[in-house]
Amino acid sequence: MRLYAIAIYLFLYSPIAIIVLFSFNAGRHASDFTGLSVKWYGKVLSNPFAMEALTTSLTVALASAIFASVFGTMAALGLQKVKGRVRVVYDAAIYVAIMIPGIVIGIATLIALVTAFKFLNPALQEFWPSWLGNVPKLNMGYTSLIGAHTMFTMALVIVIVRSRAAGMDRALIEASADLYATPWGTFWQITFPQIFPAILAGFLLSFTFSFDDFIIAFFVAGTETTLPIYVFSSIRRGVTPEINAIGTMVLLTSLALLVAAQFLLRYRDRQSSKINS
Amino acid sequence: MKSSLVHRLLLLPATMWLLVMLVLPLLVVIIFSFGDRGPAGGYVPGFSLDQYANLPARFTAFKNTMILAPAGTLAALLIAYPLAYYLAVKANPNIKTVLLVMIIVPFWTSILIRTYAWIYILGGQGIPKMLEFFGVEGVRLINTPYSVLIGIIYGYLPLMVFPIYVSLEKLDKRLLEASQDLGASPIRTFRNVTLPLSIPGIATGCMLVFILLMGEFLIPALLGGGKVFFIGNALVDLFLQSRNWAYGSAVATTLVIVMLLTVSIYMKLMMRGSNIREEVSLL
Repeated sequence: MRLYAIAIYLFLYSPIAIIVLFSFNAGRHASDFTGLSVKWYGKVLSNPFAMEALTTSLTVALASAIFASVFGTMAALGLQKVKGRVRVVYDAAIYVAIMIPGIVIGIATLIALVTAFKFLNPALQEFWPSWLGNVPKLNMGYTSLIGAHTMFTMALVIVIVRSRAAGMDRALIEASADLYATPWGTFWQITFPQIFPAILAGFLLSFTFSFDDFIIAFFVAGTETTLPIYVFSSIRRGVTPEINAIGTMVLLTSLALLVAAQFLLRYRDRQSSKINS
Repeated sequence: MKSSLVHRLLLLPATMWLLVMLVLPLLVVIIFSFGDRGPAGGYVPGFSLDQYANLPARFTAFKNTMILAPAGTLAALLIAYPLAYYLAVKANPNIKTVLLVMIIVPFWTSILIRTYAWIYILGGQGIPKMLEFFGVEGVRLINTPYSVLIGIIYGYLPLMVFPIYVSLEKLDKRLLEASQDLGASPIRTFRNVTLPLSIPGIATGCMLVFILLMGEFLIPALLGGGKVFFIGNALVDLFLQSRNWAYGSAVATTLVIVMLLTVSIYMKLMMRGSNIREEVSLL
């Protein structure tokens, strides 16, 4: 049984190990392992296309994670008091957002936004007040990337924060109100500190999701290139050690963020179960 | 009343976002699926079922998906179950959290790069070369249904382990002792006690893996080498290469309908048994 578990962990982690190992390979091919070297990292870091893709990915991931955690937290708190039909519809929407395949989200966003922009751009031309300067042109790119990523990750944040808020000690909030704290004061002093780890975990998960997402971005990125799109098209052109270097950096970054998120979620779980018992 | 207004305001940005980026786009897909292809690609308004009637044109993609998605789900289940059992029943409680986190974390890291690693492992320089060393010649793994299957198991195993783990964890261990005390063999205990009580977890895991697999694109694209393609690959082709939006929308709508049917059948089955909600535990 134990051996079986070890074998599965090996199965899960050895591909990651192989990528890390080959990223330090001085030779060009997997078969000629000629020694350790960081030259592929140097190559990647001085490759303007890879760096531009990295910048795009980081910008999109950061923006999506911020929007998702702010609006998702607001919605999770708002939903606490919403009952009845509105609640049912909302829950269904969140469920659909999480369960629908990324590829369908990508397609839907692509054709909806391209169609909408076709009507909106002439309208903007027409009605844009001249004192606001140049007429902006709506295009697929950052807007659609951030829009689609935020939609999905916001649903995640709602689920995470809501479950934390539901496990919160209501007595503290009532006590705070009894002691004449304003609702605003109660929020910052009581509610926020309790849900903060969940918000932070949601932020980290959102960032990683957006940073790693390939399939939605593939459809909605327009002329922009995110890092996963760059990696995918490099693989199409042939496997090179440069991809291993990018892969290692990406994997290790997201591993670190995720482990942090998991421990934030679990640490609080243990804390609250300790208090309850 | 004041508090209810505040709560509604709190919901406003998320509601707008979901309307514009989820509800509206999905409606557009449904509407477009009844339309026609424009002369230079894109979409021309219309109302017909022509696109749906044309679905058999992509029969191979549907066939591959409907064979490999269930096969992948089943294989993942068979591999995941013993591990989930080990984690829930046998594992040392001190390191259990770490072991669990180690299962979930790969699922959230770049599936693109993790799948890419398998190009190395299954490619000419990888396992086939090792087999040659042992005297087994001419094994081809990459760009076959088997490589896609391996990629699927690898990518989706964590998603299967977790729900099963949760249901086994909840299982009252005294039941196992009772069964044993009453003289049941370990196999009989498993068949009559453990397995039936873990069915909700099995069902949840299978459903999650199956519906995500139906929309899979990357694994067949990277490990199937254009020979083993799924509906997802057909969709990428229809939207990004041939720009046939109307037909693509019909394929996408069909995909979602099949998925919804799967989920509702699952829900029906679960309503009869014990119902569990585990969306949070997966995160």
